[in-house]
Amino acid sequence: MKVVVPVKRTPDTAGEKVIDADSLTVDREAGESVLCPVNEFSIEEAVRLKEKHGAEVTVLVVGPEEAQPTVRKALSYGLDAGLQITDEAIAGSDALGTARVIAAALEATEFDLVVFGGQSTDARTSLVPAAVAELLGLPSLTYTRYLEVDGETITVHREHEEGWDVVTASLPAVVSVVEAINEPRYPSFKGIMAAKSKPLETKSLADLGVSADEVGAGAASATMYEFAPRPPKEAGTVIEDDGSGAAAAQLADWLVEKKFV
Amino acid sequence: MSLHPLSSEEAELLAVVRDLGQTRIAPRAADDEAAARFPREVFDELANLGLTWLPFPAEVGGGDGSVRLSLLVLEELARASLAVGMGLSVHHLATWAITTFATPEQRARLVPELVAGRLLGAYALSEPAAGSDAAALATRAHRDGDTYRLTGTKAWVTHGGVADRYVVMARTGDEGARGISAFIVDADQPGLEVAPPERKMGLAASPTAQLHLDDAPVPADRLLGGAEGRGFAIAMAALDGGRLGIAACAVGLAQAALDQATAYAADREQFGRPIADFQGVGFLLADMATRTEAARQLTLAAAQLRDRATRDGSRAPTVDGHPDARAITRAAAMSKLTATDAAMQTTSEAVQVLGGVGYTRDFPVERYLREAKVLQILEGTNQIQRLVIARHLATDAR
Repeated sequence: MKVVVPVKRTPDTAGEKVIDADSLTVDREAGESVLCPVNEFSIEEAVRLKEKHGAEVTVLVVGPEEAQPTVRKALSYGLDAGLQITDEAIAGSDALGTARVIAAALEATEFDLVVFGGQSTDARTSLVPAAVAELLGLPSLTYTRYLEVDGETITVHREHEEGWDVVTASLPAVVSVVEAINEPRYPSFKGIMAAKSKPLETKSLADLGVSADEVGAGAASATMYEFAPRPPKEAGTVIEDDGSGAAAAQLADWLVEKKFV
Repeated sequence: MSLHPLSSEEAELLAVVRDLGQTRIAPRAADDEAAARFPREVFDELANLGLTWLPFPAEVGGGDGSVRLSLLVLEELARASLAVGMGLSVHHLATWAITTFATPEQRARLVPELVAGRLLGAYALSEPAAGSDAAALATRAHRDGDTYRLTGTKAWVTHGGVADRYVVMARTGDEGARGISAFIVDADQPGLEVAPPERKMGLAASPTAQLHLDDAPVPADRLLGGAEGRGFAIAMAALDGGRLGIAACAVGLAQAALDQATAYAADREQFGRPIADFQGVGFLLADMATRTEAARQLTLAAAQLRDRATRDGSRAPTVDGHPDARAITRAAAMSKLTATDAAMQTTSEAVQVLGGVGYTRDFPVERYLREAKVLQILEGTNQIQRLVIARHLATDAR
């Protein structure tokens, strides 16, 4: 069984994000970049498939050369090989452009299952996994909170507000996972030390047969017009306890009004 | 803050340990201590991470990591919980002794599960009447066909009762150091009984107990190294590494106390400003930080001396006969002495900085203070460390 885990390099969620005023994209130089935290869940699921089914797992990243540490980081969890798609023309791609690149990379790769994270911590569109499935004409299994592979079939629990649906599809398929699916482990020392010697292949758009005008800022079907900093947090409501017990009633009213209870 | 530059790989590895320490180990340390509960599942996590594997040679399935890196790991763990940091240090000590001195057959049979961390190791040298004077030990082992029959009491055994495999020193020959041999004894050994854990001032989460051996028939193929009379040399060789491990744990404990004191002093206001702004408190913090860093640097310098000697000997397991062997022993004694004294003073001062609340069990610093004391006693008291250093000086001056 062959599994591909596409991962993303995102600005550190703990840091302040800076938007470049000219390109209207995130200024990656302004802060630390990390392996997107949602990928810890997709990687963990792939590692479990490896343990259970002996799956061979390739990590896939679309990004500039600086994204290489992200691939190494992903490999440190015990994955087998890395594939990086690097091309200047990709810069500024929207979700669809990114999906085109990933789909083309997957078409050139043998796989049974693609395991995406659910929603990257920077763009938060959740569009790429479904777009990739659509472009490849494969089953799309989103919001996966549980998955099981049995031969040529995958069964997932697809999460929604009232619970989950049990969905079955044939392989190959594309899934995206939610954080409830597992508890990611730490990369082991062995994994971190071995990550350096794992095979890492780099491909360009030309290698994939993708034309530069299908991707990048120019081909984006979504256009960013302006941006504004998040408004400062408003002062909260302070309820003072004067000892009369009125504060408790006030607090209860407030919770009811805000629909917390 | 630290003066020693880390390689990018070291930084990445230590970030994992720090994350584990601060999110999974530190939050449970007070509860484990209050319940006198050994956190075996934490040890399993350390094993999964590869921390039992790290310092051992590739030939026995280990990670070939440097002593320096192992000590940085121990410091980080002890910063989260001394019981956990010291536990790993003791496991390393026992595993190192077996790995290094075992016959090839013993190495293949008894080492892999220790290196993988599936079994927990322990080390039994001291006895009720043989502490600093370890060569006076009285536990007897006499050959009886295919077994050695062991009778006696070992004392102050860290992990006593929770360990799976013990290195036990016992007397096969005459009085004195040369009559001592080392045995590899498993927890289910018939004739071995573990006494209830000692009721200690601190470190209750790390059980310390006596082992009672009553005519215990230990298979002869568990005589470490396959020859009698080597036990004391094995014990002494293991101590260099053990002392560095304790020094690293002491640095971690001092750092934890400093972290708590610094955070509290920046937050706590009196007379209208944070108490850290008062010189009396600020100078205390400055001394704590300086002392901790000095201890860390000395310990890492000793580790690097040892790493260099091991590399010179194509990763020979011991540094016996290396020109730096004496310098390494002395540096290990100096590190243990300096770091544990630093931990004692720094944890005491951390209680002082926190004042009244520092004396309560609502904050961890009183626990740190109780824990620091034992570090001045175990793995050779600090008086024994001074003795080692003084003897080296006297010999070198002749």
